[in-house]
Formats: sequence, C-alpha cells, structure tokens
Amino acid sequence: MNIEALVPLPVVLPLFGAGLALALGRSARAQRGVSIVVLSLVVAVAAVLLVRADNDGPQVMHVGGWNAPIGISLVADRLSALMVLVSAIVALGVLVYSLGQGVVEYGRDTPLSVFHPTFLVLVAGVSNAFLSGDLFNLYVGFEILLAASYVLLTLGGTGARIRAGTTYVIVSLASSIIFLSAIALTYAATGTVNLAHLASRFDELPGGIRLTIQLTLLTAFAIKAAVFPLSAWLPDSYPTAPAPVTAVFAGLLTKVGVYAIMRTQTLLFPGSELSDLLMWAALLTMLVGILGAVAQSDIKRMLSFTLVSHIGYMVFGVAVASDAGLSGAIYYVVHHIVIQTNLFLVAGMIERRGGSTSLDRLGGLARLSPILAVMFFVPAMNLAGIPPFSGFLGKIALMQAGVDNGTALAYGLVIGSVVTSLLTLYAMAKAWNRAFWQGPDTQVPIDDIHQVDGLDEVPDGTRVTDLHRKPVQTAERPSARARRSIPLRWMLAGPAGALLGVSLAMTIFAGPLFGLTDRAAVDLRERSPYIEAVFEGSGP
Amino acid sequence: MSANIAMVALVGVLFAAGVYLLLERSLTRVLIGVILIGNGANTMFVVASGPAGGAPIVGLTPVGDMSDPLPQAMVLTAIVITLGVTAFLLAMAYRAWQLHQHDDVQDDVEDALIRRRAELDEASSSFDDSAGGTLDEEGADEDNGDSASVGSGQSHGGMS
Repeated sequence: MNIEALVPLPVVLPLFGAGLALALGRSARAQRGVSIVVLSLVVAVAAVLLVRADNDGPQVMHVGGWNAPIGISLVADRLSALMVLVSAIVALGVLVYSLGQGVVEYGRDTPLSVFHPTFLVLVAGVSNAFLSGDLFNLYVGFEILLAASYVLLTLGGTGARIRAGTTYVIVSLASSIIFLSAIALTYAATGTVNLAHLASRFDELPGGIRLTIQLTLLTAFAIKAAVFPLSAWLPDSYPTAPAPVTAVFAGLLTKVGVYAIMRTQTLLFPGSELSDLLMWAALLTMLVGILGAVAQSDIKRMLSFTLVSHIGYMVFGVAVASDAGLSGAIYYVVHHIVIQTNLFLVAGMIERRGGSTSLDRLGGLARLSPILAVMFFVPAMNLAGIPPFSGFLGKIALMQAGVDNGTALAYGLVIGSVVTSLLTLYAMAKAWNRAFWQGPDTQVPIDDIHQVDGLDEVPDGTRVTDLHRKPVQTAERPSARARRSIPLRWMLAGPAGALLGVSLAMTIFAGPLFGLTDRAAVDLRERSPYIEAVFEGSGP
Repeated sequence: MSANIAMVALVGVLFAAGVYLLLERSLTRVLIGVILIGNGANTMFVVASGPAGGAPIVGLTPVGDMSDPLPQAMVLTAIVITLGVTAFLLAMAYRAWQLHQHDDVQDDVEDALIRRRAELDEASSSFDDSAGGTLDEEGADEDNGDSASVGSGQSHGGMS
C-alpha cells in the first residue's frame, strides 16, 4: 500500500465515523465506541504521517487522481502532520472527558445523540484545514469545523447559549465571507487556488494587488484566530458552552486560524512588508487580552481571556518570520493547544466539585480535593511560563527570536511578552488563592440556583447538557460526594491527567520536539520542499 | 482580463446592502444581510471566471470558447454551505424568539455588568476580594428580565 493513501484518513475517518454515529443514534454505547475507535485511529495515522513527513519529506495525496494544479491536493508536511497529531490527541482526551461527564451528569443512557457525530465532524474539519494544500479546500475545512462548532456551542438551546451563539455565528460568518471574497480575488488575479501553485504566481503579481489579497486573507484568519482588534467575540461566547466543548474550541479552533496565518504568510507572502503590522497586533493581543483576564472573577472567562492573550505569542513568532521565530511559534502552538485544553477541562472539574466557576463562590478546594488542586496548579504555572515547564521554553524561544531580530519593535514585543507572562502568573495565582487556598466562604450559599442558567429543559422533558453548571456537590458534604463519585471522577481526571502528562512530556522531550519544529520552520521558510512535493512528477 | 462592469457594480451593491443589514439588531435582518453578502461573493467568483462561454465539455464546445468551470464549482460549494448556515441561523432566530419573544442580538454579559456597575457607581469585583457580585448571566437577565421569565416559562411548557 502506498503511504500517501494515509493522508486523507484524518479527514475521511471522522466523517465516516460521524455518519455511523448518527445512524447509531439510539445506542449511546455504540456511539461511544465508534467515537473512541475513530479518534484513536486518527491519532495513530497522524503519528505515522508525522514520522514519514519528518523522514521522507511532505506526503502528498492528489484527491481523485487529478494532479496538482487541477485537482485538490492534501499535503502532510512536518507542520501539518504535527498539528493533526496534537489536535487528534487533544480531541481524544476531550471526548473521553465528555463521556465521563455524560455518565456523571445525565445518567448512563441519556447523552444527546447529536454530540458524538458533531464532535467527529469538528475533528474532520480541523484535520482538513491542517492538511489542505488548496485555498478553497481550506475554506471548506473552515466551514466544516465552524458548522460543527455552531451546533456544539448552542447544544440544548438554552437562553445563555443562544445569546452567546448568536454573536459567535454572526462573527464567524463575517469572517467566512471575507475569506471567500479573498479566494475570489485570488482566483481573479492568478487563475489558481492551489497553494503551491499560488506561491509562484503571487511572486509575479504587482505589489498592490498582492497586498490587497494578503490583507483580506489576514483579516479573515485574524478573526478566526482572535487576534486583538478582532478578538472581542471570543471571551463572550466560549464560556457558556459545556466544559468539554469549551475545552476543544479553546484548544483547536483558534489554532486553526493561527495555522492558516502561518501557512499563508510563509508560503504565499514570504518577506512580507506587513511584519510590523503583525508585531503591533501581537503586542496588543497579548496586553489587552491579559488585562481582560486580570479583571475577571470567573475562571472560565479568565481562561478565555488568557487564550486571546497567548495567541499574541504565536503571532509574534510568525511576525518575526525567522527560522527561530517560526520554530518558537510552532512549539508554542503545540504547547498552547495542550495546556489550554487541559485548563478548561480542569475548570469543568472545578465547576463540578465546587458548584461554580466563580471565584467569589469557590474556596477551600485544596483541602477538599488535593489532586484537583495539583491538576490546576501545574498547567496554570505552565501557562504563566514558570521554569521548567514547556510554556517557559516556548516563551524563551520566542524572546530569543525577538532579540535576534533586533528592531525596536521586536524588543518592545519581548518586553510585552514578559509583562504578559507576569500578568498571567498574577491572574492564575489569584484564581489559585481564591478557589483553592483560602477557606470556604460560608456566607455565600453555594447551591444558589440563581446563577445557574442551565436548568432549562428541552421540550421532551429531559435535562439538557449544561448541568455541569448545577451545583452537583457542595463543599459542606465531602463524604457524600466522595462516596458517590469515586469511580466516575477518574473518567474526568484521567483525560485531564493524560493531557497534563503530554504537556510534561513536551517539557522533558523539548529537545527532540524543538528539533522537529526547527526542521518544520526551515521547510516553511524555504518553501521549495512543499512546492516540489506537490508538483512531483507533474510540473506546474 | 476584462470584467463586466455591471457585474462588478452588482457585487458592490450586494455587499453594501448586506453590510448595512449585518449591522442591524434583529437576527432575521442579519440573516438577510448574510445572504446578500454571500450572493455578492458568489457573483465575484463569476466575475473572476472571465467572459461567458460555452459549456466546458470536450467535443461540444471548441476549447477557446469554453467558460471556466472551476469558479462555478466553487460557487456551487459556497451556495450549499450558505444554505446550511442559513437554515441554522433561521432555527436560532426561531429559538431566540421562543425564549425572549424577540430575535434581537443581545449585549455581551460583561457589557451589561459594567453598565450596571456604572449606574450603581461600584468598583469592579476584581478590585476588592471581599466585594460581592459575580459574573454570570445576571447582567443579561436583568437587561430583559421580564421577557426572559416569560421565555423560560414557555420553554417548560414546550412543544413536542
């Protein structure tokens, strides 16, 4: 069998699984089995692809047997394969977590039958966006994942989710239309949408047209990646969704936007004159985002703001556009996917244990659940960039790239990233102190129903999905809680712990991982490996 | 490449009207705006495909007279995607109407909270640890408390 045949599998398998899961909608157990098997297979395929891409260069599949400029090509180079692998691992972890939450919170046989198919479609869309070697196919990948995310964000159709979902859907639609217009402009200017083909055609275009298309594409991707002036939608819409959904969105969706920026900036517009603009955007994203996080008193909202803030680091690396900068950015993306997902999963566990994610209502969790405390503390410190964790390594790499760059703006960004890191530490320490360290606040009734917006019921009378907002356990009765949830809580703690392990492994094996990202960055800067792999044997 | 100026003008008009509607509060008008802009983008693809020609089938049309089939394939894809998203937005507008008796796009929770604090002349909850006040959906509820309570009552009554 030809190894290239593996390239479409991360897209095809989840789509097939989604259909199967939808057909098996009546059996929750069968759905669970299908989802886990499919995602495990995707992880395995992605790992093989990464090894092959690293050893033998980019793996290219011409879909339908039509060669490059005519047909659609799927390309797994080092960057794509790495992103597919990390996203598949994270998706698998979140899925197992959601199973645990489903078992705990709506009984063994009553999860929403639509959750599994939609989740798999989301994974297919993300993989398609990462693997796509064609601008229009990238758009289709975006649309697949966005359509799935609309459904996941508004699961159950409660008031809060419809409110948040409305903003999210409209903003996403606006960005999709901008992207579509950019593709139309590109096609009008160059007559192709194949990325490798565009790379050479763009070089021949007049500067003005090139810049127009570049700016249009950047605007579309910056909305998806939540880069500063276009990031206001994110902290408002993410926190209302169920914990696993927020976790997978935070981990994957914005990173697809960052990946698209990275790919187009390096492949289509190398040496772009917009580096300064991107650096300003990166600086403002970091600072404005983290100031928002500092002002929050709700863990999920605070995490959403740190998510926006840390996108700035990745844009910083792309803007510097040296080998070191891109390598640092790729490492940071991988680190951030794992760590942000991990933190949102832990936030879901805090909500379940403490009955809320509001820092005003939480307290004393360190004594109640030491394991949970450790599981929050380690990724929180990692996010803040405390040595020796992977966050520290990623930030150091980016700062070195900034110093090597040597311009005043780059130095400003280095200072900005240190400030952001410190403020992240402040926000995380505040959350830690108030939720875990200080004594339980007995004055606030923990099971105050007023703050629970998820108690709407769907028409057929079954409870809807966001019951994690319900005060499942109260701090006063640890014994009753412990008795009931010992076997189940491992289904939540297991995936979160596994992701924690992945992030620690990224610290321990930082050397080989940086070796990989360095090679990926060199590939991106050279462009020729990608272009030659796509046109191998066919010629542009 | 020469482009048909009428088509280009049509793209401009569709985008302008669409953006105007996109800025409205009502979700239904936003939906119409999205449809208009979507059609504008699709028309842009038709402009991008160059002058009109015959069906691109070998043997039916001389190669020189063929129209470019690729943008049409893309437009077809885009139309299908827009159709799906339109259906979803319609469902969401209907659900919003069920819950609130209107389909207006609502304010950010944070926005409502800050406005309420400004009216009460209070400091932010993160300013002082002992200050009460949590960030949850209270802000939004207070903004349209009466209609929300009607809405939740109705959703319990429910349809089948």
